[in-house]
Amino acid sequence: MILVSKMMLRLTAGRVGSLVARRATVALTTNSARMASHEVAQTVDMSQPMYVDRLDTPLPDKPYTDVLTAADKSLKQKEKGPWSQLTQEEKLALYRLAFHQTYSEMKRPSAEWKTVLGGMFIFMGFTGLLVWWQTAYVYPARPRTFDEEWQAKQLQRMLDMKVNPIEGFSAKWDYEKGQWK
Amino acid sequence: MSLAKPVMRGLLGKRLRFHLPIAFALSFVAAIGFKYGVTEPRKQAYADFYKQYDAVKEFTAMKEAGVFESVRPSGE
Repeated sequence: MILVSKMMLRLTAGRVGSLVARRATVALTTNSARMASHEVAQTVDMSQPMYVDRLDTPLPDKPYTDVLTAADKSLKQKEKGPWSQLTQEEKLALYRLAFHQTYSEMKRPSAEWKTVLGGMFIFMGFTGLLVWWQTAYVYPARPRTFDEEWQAKQLQRMLDMKVNPIEGFSAKWDYEKGQWK
Repeated sequence: MSLAKPVMRGLLGKRLRFHLPIAFALSFVAAIGFKYGVTEPRKQAYADFYKQYDAVKEFTAMKEAGVFESVRPSGE
């Protein structure tokens, strides 16, 4: 793969003759041909009942094992009789014939939360960098209305106009004493 | 032994007969509470404010503070 990528770099540099290009494509095609012959996806007939390990489906549509060995078949025959005659190992073997994973195996904890949290924080950090760049290069100048002095003058003007004098803003200001009530 | 047949009909009616009186009662209580907790005090506050309100005095105070455009403070 490294050889192929080096050839690709030479391709982009433009110093390549058609010979090297052909060698690169040959290398690529042999790789993909080899992969195609090894890994073919298993096709599943979805029109037939399927086995599934799900917490909300305790009894799947069909048992887990399809092909039973002779020992399995004899065990299945014994299962038709009284179950008190089955040993513990036989009961477990019958369970494993019918099911793939137990509930505790299905519910086993995984370390996926670490990946999830890690990915979250990576993206949040990246977003933080973008926001930082944005404050530096995108935002316009700070409006003068945010200055302390301007805000104080604005507040005084609101009190002079007697904004909401009955139950609201100016009602809380003591005009005789010149302070908040 | 066999189980009793579960109730199959009248489920919505039963639920409504139980919940509707409660819903109406609570809404009524909320309305009464709002009326005597909010609107009556507010009406009283407005009445008290305007009992002692001198419009000319307020206008002069605002004029001297300089908030009007049509009439400037007496100093200017």
